[in-house]
Amino acid sequence: MMTLLPQHTVSPAQVPGLPHRAGLGLKNEHFIEVLETSPDIGFFEVHAENYMVAGGPFHHYLGLIREQYPLSLHGVGLSIGGEGPLNREHLARLALLIERYQPHSFSEHLAWSSHGPVFLNDLLPLAYDAATLNRVCEHIDQVQSTLKRPMLLENPSTYLQFERSTLDETDFISEVIRRTGCGLLLDVNNVYVSCINHQREALSYIDALPLHAVGEIHLAGFAEDTDSLGDRLLIDDHGAPIDNAVWQLYEQVLTRTGPVATLIERDNQLPAFSVLHAEAQHADWHLLQVNV
Amino acid sequence: MSHHAAFADALIDPDLACPDGLFSRNGADPASRFAVYRNNVHSALINALATAYPVTLQLVGDEFFRAMAGLFVQASPPDSPLMSEYGSAFAGFIQAFEPAASVPYLADVARLERLRVCAYHAADTQPLDQQTILQTLQGQTDLGKLRLHLHPSLATLNSAYAVVAVWAAHQTEGGLATLNPWHAQSALVLRQGLAVKVFAIDSGSVAFIDSLNHGTALETAVQHALEASAQFDLNQCLALLISHDAITHLHLEQKVLP
Repeated sequence: MMTLLPQHTVSPAQVPGLPHRAGLGLKNEHFIEVLETSPDIGFFEVHAENYMVAGGPFHHYLGLIREQYPLSLHGVGLSIGGEGPLNREHLARLALLIERYQPHSFSEHLAWSSHGPVFLNDLLPLAYDAATLNRVCEHIDQVQSTLKRPMLLENPSTYLQFERSTLDETDFISEVIRRTGCGLLLDVNNVYVSCINHQREALSYIDALPLHAVGEIHLAGFAEDTDSLGDRLLIDDHGAPIDNAVWQLYEQVLTRTGPVATLIERDNQLPAFSVLHAEAQHADWHLLQVNV
Repeated sequence: MSHHAAFADALIDPDLACPDGLFSRNGADPASRFAVYRNNVHSALINALATAYPVTLQLVGDEFFRAMAGLFVQASPPDSPLMSEYGSAFAGFIQAFEPAASVPYLADVARLERLRVCAYHAADTQPLDQQTILQTLQGQTDLGKLRLHLHPSLATLNSAYAVVAVWAAHQTEGGLATLNPWHAQSALVLRQGLAVKVFAIDSGSVAFIDSLNHGTALETAVQHALEASAQFDLNQCLALLISHDAITHLHLEQKVLP
């Protein structure tokens, strides 16, 4: 005899920000292990769109895990940089998820993924010009007023640049943050990938960002390819362990920001939970170094 | 055409040229870098289909499946950011896909796998306690006018092929030896608790369950079932539904007064 799957909700009382600890992306393959072993993880992060379903195991397990851990809700489908208006239905679904799970943080990407009726399921690059800047700021204002909370905006990993761009990526991001009051989700892997791909020095890129606004850090692995000139082309595939170069950059970021909630992202070639846990422990170790 | 429209079209259609206005800092051909985005889009969507249709993939092999899924992606890219919904038109595409015609049950297996995904994510609804159902059924003088509400995860499928047997044979190693796919079979898919389950049922049971789902009272639903198959066994079908917590509500037909 089954019982009703409970609608786990967390008290809508003020939810604090994410702890200054390492967190892990929560994969459905690891739901049961997390619940059975209660690993010492600072927080879990989920992709919002995966939980935009009516019911079933995803809500069941996320509800139970949310009772034990802080949660970061990370959107991948809002298309903040899209040319058209934001998808209001999608924004309403986000608002519902936030009401249900009371996450400690909501973040989205500086990218576009929808055009007209088509959803391309990828984080696509933007031309950094005045028109894009205005549009992105309007969309972020709309998100923050609808969700009644500030969001974090993630810097992108890109493979191309646009001739019509008039601003550096870092200037563009700084201006968005200044105008909208949103925070920065600093993806250190994205910085590294983009800087290799666009021949920019990673630390100077980081120093050009408003680091006071960093509310979360992402770390991930990349894949390696070559372009038509045979130059290194790094691909942000979240399918490998975090590269040493990215760990080193992370360490330098932390000396500038102090301890910040840090997510280990792994979406492809998923290893055993223990492997991800070890990466989280390594990030926790770095976080402790900056605490002292 | 807007910048994003041109970019999106060229992502979906690999025969289109790389959009204008792009460059690489090192002077590399922007097409070699645009190819990364195109590959990301296609491979992620194909992977999503491979995850949602594992038996369909096994039936035709990885290479064939990925080529077929790639053509589907071009013909029907997602129209929603909810990837759990992507591929609802895939079975229809397979049905009309000439190179797959040698596996005539492929589309029905894909339909069954779609129903499983839908059942997995369907709404949570409290089933009626089995004891309560039995007491209501036994104590009811006007049984024929009873309406049964079924769990939102529940769905049926009629197939000209042994769709459940084919699917089930791919859930275990070496289950194919005795398989005969060349007879009609119907499927019932439901989620009991957290587990999605698949049952082979007769066409009478399909008619019965579909009638109930349309709000038909018990007596008429039984008539529909017997029209579909004279072998329909009401007790057996109700036992299947009750034992798998598929009944969520029982009530008497509302009499509409003139």
